[in-house]
Amino acid sequence: MAKTISIAAASLVLMTSAAFAEGHCAAGKTLTEGKLTVATGNPAYYPWVLNDDPESGDGFEAEVAYAVAAEMGFAEEDVVWVRSSFDEAIQPGAKNFDLNMQQYSITPEREQVVDFSAPYYTAPMAVLVGSGAVDTPPTFEALKSLKWGAVGTTTAVPKLTEVVQPDSDPLLYGDNADVNAAIIANQIDAALFDLPTALFLSAVMIEGSKVIGQFVPDASDNPDQFGMLMEEGNPLKTCVDDALAAMTESGALAEIEARWLQDTTGVPLID
Amino acid sequence: MTQDKAAGMTRRERFEAQQRRRSLVIAATSTTLVVAALVIFVPMSPGWEKVQKSFFNGAVLAQTFPKLLDAFLINVMIFAWSAPAIAVLGLLIALARDAKSPALFPLRIFGAAFTDVFRGVPVILTVYLIGFGIPGLGLPRPWNSPYIWGSLALILTYSAYVAEIFRAGIDSVHHSQRSAALSLGLSERQMMRDVVLPQAVRNVVPSQMNMLIALQKDVSLLSFIGPVEIFRQAGVFKSLLANFTPYVGAAIIFLFVTIPATRYADYLMSRQMRERR
Repeated sequence: MAKTISIAAASLVLMTSAAFAEGHCAAGKTLTEGKLTVATGNPAYYPWVLNDDPESGDGFEAEVAYAVAAEMGFAEEDVVWVRSSFDEAIQPGAKNFDLNMQQYSITPEREQVVDFSAPYYTAPMAVLVGSGAVDTPPTFEALKSLKWGAVGTTTAVPKLTEVVQPDSDPLLYGDNADVNAAIIANQIDAALFDLPTALFLSAVMIEGSKVIGQFVPDASDNPDQFGMLMEEGNPLKTCVDDALAAMTESGALAEIEARWLQDTTGVPLID
Repeated sequence: MTQDKAAGMTRRERFEAQQRRRSLVIAATSTTLVVAALVIFVPMSPGWEKVQKSFFNGAVLAQTFPKLLDAFLINVMIFAWSAPAIAVLGLLIALARDAKSPALFPLRIFGAAFTDVFRGVPVILTVYLIGFGIPGLGLPRPWNSPYIWGSLALILTYSAYVAEIFRAGIDSVHHSQRSAALSLGLSERQMMRDVVLPQAVRNVVPSQMNMLIALQKDVSLLSFIGPVEIFRQAGVFKSLLANFTPYVGAAIIFLFVTIPATRYADYLMSRQMRERR
C-alpha cells in the first residue's frame, strides 16, 4: 500500500517536474517555496553536527545537508534548520520539516510510516578497545594479538574469525551491555561494533576506551544504513535520491564522510 | 534347559510367567503403535517440511557437529574442575551447619546464611554478578578470567544445594549411632569422620548424582559472561546459518552424556531402595 502511494507520487513527480523550470527538481515540493527545511536532533551530537550548530555546516550530517541542498539548487541561505525529537519524527503524520537527519537507520518497519531517502551513510565496523590497549596501532597485524570480544549473534563474529583472525579465541556475549562489562572488567581488550555505536560507547559508556580503527564497509556485514527521513509520500524523495546519487557518483559524499567520520573522529581505516 | 526349569515350576510360577509374557507383548505392541503414529503422522502435518529444514537439517548438522563437539570440551573442562570443588565446599558447609559446640555458633550462622543466599539467587544472576563484578575490581590478567569467576559462581551456588543434601544425609544417620560412637570413647571429630559421614555420604549418593547432572547442564550459563561453550557456539551457528539445527545438535551431545548419568543415578537409587527394604 505504502509502496503504491510512493510509486504513484514518484511518477507524478516525474510528470510534473518537466513543467517546472529545468534543474530545480524541488520547485513547489518544499514546505516553504524556495526554502529547504531540514530537521536535526535537539541537541545534535558530534560528529554528526559539531557544537550543536548545524548552520555552520560543520559535522557530517550538517555538511551533507548543505551539499544535498546545493545539488537540488538551493542556495546556502535557503536552508532552514529546525529541531525535532527522534521519536516525533518517526511517528506518522504531517511534518514540520522537508528532511530530517539524525542517524535514522533505514528499516522496513519505519518505511511503513515514513519515507527514507537513499542511504547517505553506511555504518562500517569499528574496533573499540579498553583503556589497556588504546595504543594499539590500526593494523591487522596488531589487532591479531588482542583479546577479542563480540556479541555472539551478530555479523561481528564472522568478521572477527575471517578478517581479523585473532591469536586467541574470542569471548562472545549476549548483548552490547555484556561486552561493555567485559571491557570494563578488562577481560577483553577489544570488541567490534558499528562505528556510531562504538563512538557512543567510548564517549559515554566506557571510561578510558577508544575507537582505534574502522573497517571499509562491506555489504556482507548487513550494516546499518542511514537515510534522510521524510513524510510518507513526500514528492521531494526523488529529488533527494537523485542528488545523493550524483554526490555518490562524483565522490563528494565519500569526501565529506572522510572529513568528519575518519579525520575528525580520529578513527583511521584499518590496513 | 529352560524346559527342565519350567518343569520344576509350581502352578503359581507358571501363571506368573505367563502373566509377564502377556504384559510384555502388550507393552511392545503399544510402544510400536505409538512410535509408528509419530513417525507416520508428524511428517504428514503441513508445516513439517519447514520444521525439518530449520530444526533437523542433516547438512547443517554435519557441518556444525564437529565444532559443537570441540565447544563441548569447554563444558567438560569447567565441569571437571567445578564438581570436586563443589563436593568439598558443600561438605564443609554441611559440617559447619552441624557444628554443635556453642563456641562455633558463628560457623552455623555462616553456613545457614550461605545456603540461604546462594540457594535463593538464580544461578544466572550469581554468574553475572561474580563473573563481571569481581574482575571489575581491577584484577590483572589472567586472574580476571571469566572461566575462574564463572566457575566460582557455579561452585558457590551448587555447594549450597549439595550442602543441604549432605546435611539431610547426616541427619538421616540415627542418633543412636552418635551416642554409641561417643560411648566407645571416640571424639566428636572421630565420630563424625568414621561413623556418621561414611553412612551419610552413602545415603545421599543418588541425590548427588542428580546434582551432577544439573551442574553439567548449568555449565552452559557461563556462556553469558564470555566463554564460547557449546550453547554459545550453537547460538553463533544459528545466527550465521539462520537455522536451529545446531541447537538440536547441542541437545544430542548433552543427551549422550546425561542419559547414561541419569540411568546410573536411577540404578543407584533403586539399589539403595532394595538394600533398605
